[in-house]
Amino acid sequence: MMTDTLRIGQAVGAGLRRAMEDDPKVLLMGEDVGKLGGVFRVTDGLQKDFGEDRVIDTPLAESGILGTAIGLAIRGWRPVCEIQFNGFVYPAFDQIVCQLAKMHYRSQGTVPLPIVVRIPCGGGIGAVEHHSESPEAYFAHTAGLKVVSCSDSNDAYWMIQQAIASQDPVIFFEPLRRYQEKGEVDTSGSLDTAHPLLASKVEREGTDATVVAWGSMTKVAHDAATAAAEDGRSLEVINLRTLSPLDMGPVYESVKKTGRMVVVHEAPSNVGIGAEIAARVTQDCFYSLESPVLRVTGYDTPYPAARLEEDYLPDLDRVLDAVDRTFGY
Amino acid sequence: MVNGDQNRAGPKKKASTRRKKAAPTGDSEMVQLLTADGERVSHPEYDVSLTDQQYRDLYRDMVIVRRLDTEGTALQRQGQLGIWASLQGQEAAQIGSGRALAKQDMVFPTYREHGVLWTRDIDPIMPFGLFRGVDLGGWDSRKYKFQMYTIVIGAQALHATGYAMGVTKDGKVGGDDGEAVIAYFGDGASSQGDVNESFVWANVYNAPVVFFCQNNQYAISEPVIRQSRTPLYKRASGFGFPGVRVDGNDVLASYAVTKHALDNARHGNGPMFIEAYTYRMGAHTTTDDPTRYRESGEVEAWRSKDPIARMRTFLERSTIGDADYFQSIDDEADQHALDLRERVIALPDPVPGAIFENVFSEASPLVEAERAEFTEYHASFEGSGH
Repeated sequence: MMTDTLRIGQAVGAGLRRAMEDDPKVLLMGEDVGKLGGVFRVTDGLQKDFGEDRVIDTPLAESGILGTAIGLAIRGWRPVCEIQFNGFVYPAFDQIVCQLAKMHYRSQGTVPLPIVVRIPCGGGIGAVEHHSESPEAYFAHTAGLKVVSCSDSNDAYWMIQQAIASQDPVIFFEPLRRYQEKGEVDTSGSLDTAHPLLASKVEREGTDATVVAWGSMTKVAHDAATAAAEDGRSLEVINLRTLSPLDMGPVYESVKKTGRMVVVHEAPSNVGIGAEIAARVTQDCFYSLESPVLRVTGYDTPYPAARLEEDYLPDLDRVLDAVDRTFGY
Repeated sequence: MVNGDQNRAGPKKKASTRRKKAAPTGDSEMVQLLTADGERVSHPEYDVSLTDQQYRDLYRDMVIVRRLDTEGTALQRQGQLGIWASLQGQEAAQIGSGRALAKQDMVFPTYREHGVLWTRDIDPIMPFGLFRGVDLGGWDSRKYKFQMYTIVIGAQALHATGYAMGVTKDGKVGGDDGEAVIAYFGDGASSQGDVNESFVWANVYNAPVVFFCQNNQYAISEPVIRQSRTPLYKRASGFGFPGVRVDGNDVLASYAVTKHALDNARHGNGPMFIEAYTYRMGAHTTTDDPTRYRESGEVEAWRSKDPIARMRTFLERSTIGDADYFQSIDDEADQHALDLRERVIALPDPVPGAIFENVFSEASPLVEAERAEFTEYHASFEGSGH
């Protein structure tokens, strides 16, 4: 196994580079992705190596980025669009949910749109408003889109390549506050041998309760499991990875073993992915549950000012508190 | 409302007085090669030289698409279609621009381009599945070089521009055999962000795309004054490319200007904007009632500029067509309409399981689970008379 130590942001960039080397039809497009290398430097150096025709600095209009990407894909190109920040995706919402998601269905399968939309997701970096949101539920609600979220360097590297290789449109969330965290990447693998794009993953085995998370919250879940172990509680951690379509198999297996479940996400709880998971687990694992599925989430408020975001975002203590409550029933 | 009126503010009554005085013919702002009276005129920049047969073909196209369109409205009234979007009045804009396309060019239509579709030699039944509700208009758009109809106003202008950027990347511009792209939309769409963004993109990347706006004066009930107080074609200059207004009821001018714009694009000279100044004679769709929002005098004024009548007058005067010829075209159009009617009524309903087809290219466990559940549920009704 050949490994590399990369920050998560670098790993996405390395994955993009490899995808561009493998397929001359892959294009990057977005605001500031060229010379600047993106505001998070994810595309650093790619325009220099692949040219302005394949790493396209676009005008500043998100609907335009998505709409022209759709035209390029109809023409046979494979665009990877960067949305600079989570809260800036809304101007492109119509093109994503009305056009991108439905073209394959409407065309009876004759027009696939292999487009990836990269979105830095979530908060925790002290940014101003519109820079810290978690819009994943909007997209997971729309049929025709695959919605995925990476949370470590190895997944970042492989999932971006798998997303680009997919014939379907993929909304690709990157954990903004984890961009700088380092991890091992197995660069010797291949798209086929890497963990499948649409599969959730048990990352830490446990017996007493299950914690489900994705993106930036995966780390919080692991930290909680480590802390709980010191108190003699064994938590199983599942990284959901794909938010649509959900891979519930490992989740069901886990809750049948532990009987307790806590779902953690940054997005508000109301009609969020956590609600979907709780509903499905209740429906399919009712007799295995020792207590209701609990959610630890952002609050149902607009994302607050940066000085308050630590109160807003789920942290280790809130997760442990929820785990305690599942034992109180 | 006539040419230039949207520029003027002031009391409604006054504008109405002016309307009668103003005449669309001979307006220097508008390219015209055939007056409302069927007189052949010339234009210093745009002209066209056609054979008698080509003149006859343009007339035939317009008559047939009007007849097919009338059949669409009738089919809706008889309950065979859920809705129909009529093109009546816009035949010249659609046939003229459509016949200007080369085989290799790609079309991005709205939901009203039945005439353009006809010029691509595509079976005219193609959009009827959408309006009947048996499919979502899902033809193979790449094969026909005619994209699916787009309902969301203006969304396709961006798709056309992106596609045109792809044409450039493929090296297919710069000569007579280059590929050009045409995006159709209406006056209402000119207000949409997507259309304006597509102008920005097209200019920045010098994309080989022609924006063909059929200004039919109304976005459902809203007159064009609710979209813009400047003539639409003038917008293009602010985006950095040429804009031209053509008499959209003049098939020759529509043809000449569009051909020029497409040739320009295919040779690598970038985008052009065409405002085809025309009028939607009927309702926006069969669901609305135009008598609520426009006066009969206005409709009658436009009826006198009818694109088919003026072409017929031209053909008669220049002895290109005689009474027998016109009768033969009417008969042919009736036959097309009859065929269409029979085939539309015979369009089969989709099988219920089609709900789950083609959601993704690759299988989704969610969709597959729901499909299995649905299949079992549906099967449970068999033999029970459902």
